[in-house]
Amino acid sequence: MGVEPGRVHFSWISSAESTKFVDVVKKVTEAVRAVGPNEKYVKKELKVA
Amino acid sequence: MQAYTEKMREIARRLLKECRVETVIGFRKGSMPMMNEPCLVKSIDDVDQLVWDGNCGINLANYLTNRTDQIAVFAKGCDSRNIVTHIIENKIKREQLVIIGVPCKGMIDKRRIRSMAPGEITEVVEDGENVRVKGENFENTYPRKEVLQANCAVCLHRNPVVYDELVADLVPEQQDVDRYEDVRAIEAMGPEAKWEFFEALLAPCIRCYACRNACPLCYCPTCFVDESMPQWVGKSQNPVDVRTFHFLRAYHCAGRCTDCGACERACPMGINMRVFTKKLEKEAFEQWGWEAGLVLDQRPPLDTYRPDDPQDFIK
Repeated sequence: MGVEPGRVHFSWISSAESTKFVDVVKKVTEAVRAVGPNEKYVKKELKVA
Repeated sequence: MQAYTEKMREIARRLLKECRVETVIGFRKGSMPMMNEPCLVKSIDDVDQLVWDGNCGINLANYLTNRTDQIAVFAKGCDSRNIVTHIIENKIKREQLVIIGVPCKGMIDKRRIRSMAPGEITEVVEDGENVRVKGENFENTYPRKEVLQANCAVCLHRNPVVYDELVADLVPEQQDVDRYEDVRAIEAMGPEAKWEFFEALLAPCIRCYACRNACPLCYCPTCFVDESMPQWVGKSQNPVDVRTFHFLRAYHCAGRCTDCGACERACPMGINMRVFTKKLEKEAFEQWGWEAGLVLDQRPPLDTYRPDDPQDFIK
């Protein structure tokens, strides 16, 4: 729908895989930070004078 | 087409007379040209209301949801596939239905015909391979092939996939059809271009939900857009809300949509929201070889697990 690659991630992590969880979160954070803020999918507030 | 209509009336009359069914679901003439409306015939006296022509694009499976009576229903290729989907999803029982198959040569695109007419259309007559459009001061003839609904032009299942009887001989299926040309064009765009494309596509949307109401797949007692506790999606015409509605609705149709075109046909703004459902249809075909509504004895890919399901996207 026009979302940049790198913004959406899928992972399968068991509750026993704490280190994998940490790794994935780190990688996701880096990847999303590289893409930058998602400003398109944010409702623009109406300006009140 | 007249032959279809006569055969339909004959079958409906017989089924009602023999008390095989209580209701016959078909079409009758609407109050305007090219606007046939679904009708439920319950008495032999009303059988002569039934008609058939190229304006019967509404999907009759939509009128079967949760019914408890014995029903005869006329089914084009797409209707029959949605009836199969309804049966698989426990919305109707096969035993309740007498499916009267209608081999289909495609429905005509009322919007395109209106856009080509120089004035108000008073009559549209189908004459074999031609469509004659009459108005106050004009009369035009178009080859039927050129005024087909977009989904009918790329249809691969014109014949009903399940039926108890037929109103006519089966028609040859279309060959060498490229179903996904439009989808591939969108897939080839970058994220920025895609975003702009959908923004422009959905800009005319007035959130009337005609697409949802016309869709035989949309039978939830409370649709996610109508829910307010919790409210899943804003009810405004803000582009973000409009986009959320259309994408979520399309996802609810994944692996179920038969591309019957009811949504696009119903849209008062002429939005081609079929690009969303077609993308998911393409995905279901490429990932699982699945085409919705073809068989009664196989569960759809999204409610089964197979060890060889594609999972490359999971990291």
